[in-house]
Amino acid sequence: MRAKVLIRPKQGILDPQGKAVERALPALGFEGIHDVRVGRLVELETDDPAKLDSLCEKLLANPLIEDFEVVLEDEASPNGSGA
Amino acid sequence: MIGVLQFPGSCDERDALQACERVGEARLVWHEETDLAGLDGIVVPGGFSYGDYLRAGAIARFSPAMEAVARFAAEGGPVLGICNGFQVLCEAGLLPGALLPNEGLRFICRQVTLVAEDFGGPFGSGISAGQSLSIPVKHMSGRYFAPDERVDELESAGQVAFRYAAGENPNGSVRDIAGVTNEAGNVIGLMPHPEHAVDPLTGSADGLALFRALVRQPAAA
Repeated sequence: MRAKVLIRPKQGILDPQGKAVERALPALGFEGIHDVRVGRLVELETDDPAKLDSLCEKLLANPLIEDFEVVLEDEASPNGSGA
Repeated sequence: MIGVLQFPGSCDERDALQACERVGEARLVWHEETDLAGLDGIVVPGGFSYGDYLRAGAIARFSPAMEAVARFAAEGGPVLGICNGFQVLCEAGLLPGALLPNEGLRFICRQVTLVAEDFGGPFGSGISAGQSLSIPVKHMSGRYFAPDERVDELESAGQVAFRYAAGENPNGSVRDIAGVTNEAGNVIGLMPHPEHAVDPLTGSADGLALFRALVRQPAAA
């Protein structure tokens, strides 16, 4: 089964990457965009989706600084906003 | 004998080895080695272990040698993690907290002044509280982080080993923290590089104090 793992910096933790992106936007004419945060997307194929949470806690994310969300392909909404 | 770990992507293991050799005997420990018998202390050196893929230190913590280091540390052996080695020890759960990308998003390479806290264990015994040490930093992900209440705990337990001197915090670390120890005090990690500060010829020999703790103390045995 295909799955996506979304990893984000935890709320409250300064994300300098997001800040840098946010600061660049007005120069390109994109106004009114705030609170940009940059995370990671890991796509994978798994035989045992039940183990994904533990995989995330142990390796893909560091729970002290990051939140993760597992999206199984079948559950993803057709327009791709299921993330 | 001090063991200096070597991962694919390590780059400071030779300097660390030379620093160790100024205080005792030392050898490199390849990341696939699991037998640490005969070693009195371990250095987890700086660099970019496993390319820093995913997060700095995230993959190195699963190397066979690191499992052996975890056992070594659990038995009370002294372990010094420098820069990437600090990141690896945090990822492995041997030290509290995590290292985030620098606040300014730039790689920083400069001499900084550290101020030692009152901390115990083998590393604290050779350094007095309030002592200043001049040691270089060179890193991209050196912003020490732990939740506020956890930092309170670390401070009251005497686990904060070093802070950047006032106004010298180069990376946005919480409460200027540059290095911490585990609860027992036998594992220490810091972002600055004491192995690059072992000879007055290169500006400072303040880093040597940390390496002395890795040598077996005859009196203590």
